[in-house]
Amino acid sequence: MRGVHDMGGLPAGRCERDEHEYERWEKRVDALMMLLSAQDRDLMKVDELRRNIESLGADAYDRMGYYERWMHAIAQTLIQRGVITIDELGRKLAEQEARDERA
Amino acid sequence: MSAAPSDSAGYYRRMQAAVEELLILKGIVTPAEVQRQVDAMDARSYKRGAQMVARAWCDPAYKARMLAGGSAAAEELGLEVGPLRLIVVENTARVHNVIVCTLCSCYPRMLLGIPPEWYKSRAYRSRVVRAPRAVLAEFGTVLPDDVELRVHDSTADMRYMVLPLRPRGTDGWDEARLAALVTRDSLIGVARLPDQG
Repeated sequence: MRGVHDMGGLPAGRCERDEHEYERWEKRVDALMMLLSAQDRDLMKVDELRRNIESLGADAYDRMGYYERWMHAIAQTLIQRGVITIDELGRKLAEQEARDERA
Repeated sequence: MSAAPSDSAGYYRRMQAAVEELLILKGIVTPAEVQRQVDAMDARSYKRGAQMVARAWCDPAYKARMLAGGSAAAEELGLEVGPLRLIVVENTARVHNVIVCTLCSCYPRMLLGIPPEWYKSRAYRSRVVRAPRAVLAEFGTVLPDDVELRVHDSTADMRYMVLPLRPRGTDGWDEARLAALVTRDSLIGVARLPDQG
């Protein structure tokens, strides 16, 4: 079956020349990927990034932004490798939400 | 975790902060290392690719080495490219090249910086391999019919960069002046460089 990411040659709309300034958090997603995949850590391969992005559902893939897909894949990989647990991540996310609400 | 909730931007921004905090707590990364990576990426721009192009225009031996092996040619100028294989494709009077990554967004980011939004769009990734002349026209680049158009689809391990045609009217220009003519879009291949003078 053709994966959702495998879009070469399919019909699509006109190219719009969007130029998007990356936000601070997006740059930090990129930085985390570079650090985790660096040889001295070797906690993530580019193949794991791709597999976790390519296994997104078609709706999610299209709706999510570029670095949203990356962040999803990084978190999934770290959980799959046992570097972090779902519980730890859930607790930290709740803390972040509480901080956002106070801000 | 399944699909993103509707407030997805805030959700993934929080997830980034949460994961970064966990990695710091576990001693896997430090805040300074994250910041250094951000600064390093901010410092990478298409000006690096432009520097290679200007050198190739001025030095035929360098150009030959660049076309034989892009990564070594970048390193020769002190430009870091990492472990990926870089292939430089040359535009001529008869051949024009354009790059894409249909499967994701592979891009010579060490030499050109982070790819523009449109490079990662469904429209570009889907159509540039099927209707490249039409896509180039949407970028304002109309190629004569007798110019062959080659589309190069990148992979995670192999990246392309276009060596644009040197504009006419630049005889005797030095490398710095030539490098200033080179645009990001010309290195991707969706634009050509205008003749000078």
